[in-house]
Amino acid sequence: MSNTIIKLEDISKQYRLGVVGTGTLSHDLNRWFAKIRRKEDPTLKIGASNVLDTVDGQYVWALKDINLDVGEGEVLGIIGKNGAGKSTLLKLLSRVTGPTTGTIKINGRIASLLEVGTGFHPELTGKENIYLNGAILGMTKKEISSKFDEIVDFSGVKKFVNTPVKRYSSGMYVRLAFAVAAHLEPETLIVDEVLAVGDAEFQKKAIGKMKSVSKSGRTVLFVSHNLTAVEQLCTRGVLMQNGTIIMDGKVHDITTAYKKMSVDENELKRSGARQIEFLDYNLTDENDKVTDEIYLGDSFIVNANIKANENIDNTDLSLDIRNDANEFISHVTNADDLFELKNINKGEKVSVSVKVKNLSLAPGTYYISLWLGNMYGTFDYIENCLRFSIRQGEKFILRPYPFDKRSKTVLQSKWNFR
Amino acid sequence: MDPINKTELENHLPEKWTMIIKPKRSIFSVNLNELWQYRDLIFLFVKRDFVSKFKQTILGPLWFIIQPLLTTIMFTIVFGNIAGIPTDGIPKMLFYLSGIVGWTYFATCLNDTSQTFVKNAAIFGKVYFPRLALPVSVVISNLVSFVIQFIFLLCFMLYFYLAGSSVNPNINVLLIPVLVIIIAGLGLGFGIIISSLTTKYRDLTHLVTFGVSLWMYATPIIYPLSEIPEKYKIFVLANPMTPIVETFKSALLGVGEVNYLQLLYSFGFTVFVLCVGVIIFNKVEKTFMDTV
Repeated sequence: MSNTIIKLEDISKQYRLGVVGTGTLSHDLNRWFAKIRRKEDPTLKIGASNVLDTVDGQYVWALKDINLDVGEGEVLGIIGKNGAGKSTLLKLLSRVTGPTTGTIKINGRIASLLEVGTGFHPELTGKENIYLNGAILGMTKKEISSKFDEIVDFSGVKKFVNTPVKRYSSGMYVRLAFAVAAHLEPETLIVDEVLAVGDAEFQKKAIGKMKSVSKSGRTVLFVSHNLTAVEQLCTRGVLMQNGTIIMDGKVHDITTAYKKMSVDENELKRSGARQIEFLDYNLTDENDKVTDEIYLGDSFIVNANIKANENIDNTDLSLDIRNDANEFISHVTNADDLFELKNINKGEKVSVSVKVKNLSLAPGTYYISLWLGNMYGTFDYIENCLRFSIRQGEKFILRPYPFDKRSKTVLQSKWNFR
Repeated sequence: MDPINKTELENHLPEKWTMIIKPKRSIFSVNLNELWQYRDLIFLFVKRDFVSKFKQTILGPLWFIIQPLLTTIMFTIVFGNIAGIPTDGIPKMLFYLSGIVGWTYFATCLNDTSQTFVKNAAIFGKVYFPRLALPVSVVISNLVSFVIQFIFLLCFMLYFYLAGSSVNPNINVLLIPVLVIIIAGLGLGFGIIISSLTTKYRDLTHLVTFGVSLWMYATPIIYPLSEIPEKYKIFVLANPMTPIVETFKSALLGVGEVNYLQLLYSFGFTVFVLCVGVIIFNKVEKTFMDTV
């Protein structure tokens, strides 16, 4: 068991909504005067109730009762949607703002990279900015000098080090900024969304650098929407939602849960001109029972009711199957079975069912998109509207332990002595 | 001892942490030690201010001299020649310049530090360093321009001395470093109080520049203290900048009197303002990001 380097105890952060401070002294005085005369607050909008007397309703909890221990040398990925509280959490840790309740205990120095290039001054040269930025991030002049060459080499802007950074391309700017931050030597490094910038080669370099930072025994807290980067870098993950931690565990489990969450909560993406459209659809097993779990080797049936809004000569119906990493896995269409959907009159409704047999997809979660259209265009397309997971079972393969997660498909085999 | 008991024992040992962040902090817990650790940053900020101020200007640091020089010429024409305000027998330009140099340092310190939070919100929002480092660096970088202007003033004095005017620097010149420290402290103190308040009330930013230029007229810059009617004198003397400017002029030019008691009043006033400022600033810096 490693030593705890950061300990959050019951951390909550409350933000006030706009009504408390009106922003100008005159308004506040006005309100205060109204209050002592027991009149209604003149700065409130018409129709809004006077919130000065009430306690609730004017506050938002950006974080609520967060408890988290981070061990030394751990690379922790924090994921969650916008507004889940990730950035607020990092802000508290980097001391940009204080918590409302709770205690944060920290061992060693923390350096944060909430956004690269903090404090870069456009008029200063690359060299001057390296010193300034390094000092802002907490290094002494001596430390920076000893690492100066390394930083310049890493950033790849050696030729321009005596040029004001306002003449830099945005790529150079970011590279230089990241280089400074990456050469800090704090016990804990906080990184937020830096990898969203720079070209592919630099991103690779940056990830490599962060890996070596974490290997040298330092702790890294990493917030990003780039799940691939999170999976590559982190050992442990935390999933946040509405200001609380809803899951804490191995990084792969966390990213899977997050992807699932995104599909569940996103509105369905639908496109097409709807000359003919899907009315409803479902996914059932062989016994016509609606399900989202299919065993390996079994079949599933997709039923769809479609309705023509115009006279349709000819349409195709197909299913795109994607896995939970949104990779295209397979495609099923009516032409596979020489099935035709022809001459549907305006207002006519048609029910179609398609059975997909002998499933050999690797155990995991899959999403089906439904498409109606022909060679000239799309009538109706609903993305990832059906979900099913494949269970291993004992029908298709008999191995008594879980199938390898890296696989995309399962091959049936027959074994004999000869 | 079996292993389970051993870990239990370890758990009961007091934990050692480098830093504990709690919502409430005592108002007097000002971490000056930390500020000292970040001294390199302060000097880099000073350098940044200096370099960025004169990048892409033709005259560069000459502006330090042009500004007080033009103001002096203006004052000489308007207040000296048109209005005819006496200057205690000192050459008019020397009288105005000596006042302007001291006053400018105070005014720039106050104006620049009063915008600490609002101007640096972007940087403060992303990374932690002792917030006090910024206003302190502003005071130091203004000190650099003060020194340049002061040397200019000495050259001016030498010229008038050679031209035969009565310029009598005296032993009180030794007080000048103390005066500079009081000016810096007073400017910084007022500046950080205002900057703390502007996080909530932006009105103050308008008031500051205006207020400072009014304040100048309540300070004996364009008139000697000796010329003030008795009934207004008390107001001018209540101004903590008055004894400083008077001592400054008297040390360099040898007119007027150095009143140590008044000087002590200025010093006490400065210490008070600075303490209040640091306490308010310290309280605001922790959560100002939520209100800016």
